[in-house]
Amino acid sequence: MGSKRINNSRRSFIKKTAALTGTILASSSLKPFNAILFATEQSDESKPWYGIGIDIEKCIGCGNCAKACKEENNVPKEPFYFRNWVEQYTIKNDGEIVVESPNGGIDGFTQSVPDEEIFKTFFVPKMCNHCAKSPCTQVCPVGATFESPEGIALMDENYCIGCRYCIQACPYGCRYIHPDKGTADKCTLCYHRIKKGLKPACFEVCPTGARIFGDLNEKDGVMHNFLKNHNCMVLKPNLNTGSKLYYNGLSAEVR
Amino acid sequence: MEHLYEMLSKVDGYIYSNEIELHWGILIVLYPYITGLVAGAFILASLERVFKVKVLRPTYQLALLTALAFLIVAVMPLVSHLGKPFRFYEIMITPHFSSAMAIFGFVYLWYLMVVLLLEIWFDYRRDMVLWSKEKKGFKSRLYKILTLGVNDLSPKTVAWDDKLGYFITVIGIPSAFLLHGYVGFIFGSVKANPWWSTVLMPVIFLFSAMVSGIALVMFLYMAVSWIRKVKIDMPCLDEVGKYLFYVLVLDFTLESLDQIHRIYEAEESFEILDLLVNGKLNYTLFIFQGLLGTLIPLITLGIFRIYKPKPKIRKAFYLIISLLILMGIFFMRWNVVIGGQLFSKSFLGFTSFKLGLIGSEGFLMTIFWLVLPFLILAFILWLLPPWKKHEEEPAS
Ligand code: SF4
Ligand code: SF4
Repeated sequence: MGSKRINNSRRSFIKKTAALTGTILASSSLKPFNAILFATEQSDESKPWYGIGIDIEKCIGCGNCAKACKEENNVPKEPFYFRNWVEQYTIKNDGEIVVESPNGGIDGFTQSVPDEEIFKTFFVPKMCNHCAKSPCTQVCPVGATFESPEGIALMDENYCIGCRYCIQACPYGCRYIHPDKGTADKCTLCYHRIKKGLKPACFEVCPTGARIFGDLNEKDGVMHNFLKNHNCMVLKPNLNTGSKLYYNGLSAEVR
Repeated sequence: MEHLYEMLSKVDGYIYSNEIELHWGILIVLYPYITGLVAGAFILASLERVFKVKVLRPTYQLALLTALAFLIVAVMPLVSHLGKPFRFYEIMITPHFSSAMAIFGFVYLWYLMVVLLLEIWFDYRRDMVLWSKEKKGFKSRLYKILTLGVNDLSPKTVAWDDKLGYFITVIGIPSAFLLHGYVGFIFGSVKANPWWSTVLMPVIFLFSAMVSGIALVMFLYMAVSWIRKVKIDMPCLDEVGKYLFYVLVLDFTLESLDQIHRIYEAEESFEILDLLVNGKLNYTLFIFQGLLGTLIPLITLGIFRIYKPKPKIRKAFYLIISLLILMGIFFMRWNVVIGGQLFSKSFLGFTSFKLGLIGSEGFLMTIFWLVLPFLILAFILWLLPPWKKHEEEPAS
């Protein structure tokens, strides 16, 4: 336990990735096969390209974000549909991992593990990772799921046929079928708000500032500094989803 | 939403907040099951045609028509499970090509229109012309329409029918492989799901498809002979049994390889899959799929390779085996589709699945989708009876 975080400077990672991608592209003529390879690349560096930062060390598990999201976005109130939820991780002394998220954390948490058995405990807010190579976009057979120019994974409910393939493909469990509409539904990073220059609802209500979001292209912007000053990790990096949700203080147990 | 609350109380461990509902239910179990039967039956038919396995002659048309009957139905559960079934055509007019599912409509149509219907048409054209003359009234007119006005019975044209039919069968074999390998890919390419995500998935789907399709034709051949009160051609049945055995060996090997590979590599997801296999999938995997659906048929067919008991006993065993295999492969699809959704992608817990009795995703509907192809087949057999085909050159 007490996992060693991957101590990778973000910048060198980007450089390495860029170099690697460059080599691959230069040494072969893969470009025409983009449709097959499915590599969504950010096209224009002068435009915003949003990323999200969550500081686990700051999260107190109040559940305000999960609640605000349901209200802002008319997410069905039943405890089966969430665009945003908080998980309480408790690692026991014997190594057992206990995770709880009653009603997504909206009603707050209680600790079911007795104090003396707890090795450590923390909260992990979850939401769509707005993957840059999002599996959900890749698998949608009609293109109802797509990525906005700002790098936000969005859904067109007027187009979705409700096949649920995207739900199977999302490794993070961020999608559901809207019970009344019969179509898939997911976090939009409050696209309607950020377009007006507002923060997404969940970021607005977080009392400790554990959640930040911003333009990854902006030099010295909030995301830039967040990534520079913290050792961040994404969830399930092995799946190469190009997740743009960076966690500071992510413990190895979290999936 | 009642059932979701009920399921909420049955969650084991931790699952992501959105994971309570199983998104692909029994209808999606039926989809690979039925397409598999199609592909398998077709491949059996092709053996006779392309590889000239003459003893299989009595099953040739039956296998083709079976493939057609099941293919017609294959797409129905799929469409009916959609949240927006009336938008189904979108997949054809605006396919998103990076999606494995997007080309389903095309693969399906290709197989139905180009391969199956054409092959059957070429095979039956001459007979339909003759039947349209022999029969009266409605049936005669129906045959006339089905010939599409091509009434030429000259030996040259009939020879062309045969040549083109052969050509289509040759295209048909890779198409059948494509159809079912592709269905396997729909699952095998979901990297988020470790139970599905394996390169072997399309291959396993393909071989299990062949197994189930051959078993189906075996069963139908016996059933149809029994209904028609004609003698079963034992050499033919034995030959079908032989192929069934070979394909079953391959299928079993591949699936074991897949499992051994998983166990040996023991990746991140190993613990949860181990719990899945030994818990929620215990019966369906080890008993229904493994023991009843694979091992018993495998051993029996294997014994028949060395020692052949009396035809009567063989027949009884073939009947039982074909049914066991049909059940086994159904549960194989079940284990893949349902099994792959029972565990959480957090690898920390399980949800549960309960098959309701009524409703579009219920048990009765499942039975309906499984019986429907047999009804369609009965109709097709009435319309195009293989046993009434004119084998000899017509005296014109
Ligand atoms: S987290 Fe899931 S829903 Fe969000 S972009 Fe990635 S795959 Fe899509
Ligand atoms: S459910 Fe809708 S958004 Fe999801 S893959 Fe199917 S059509 Fe696309």
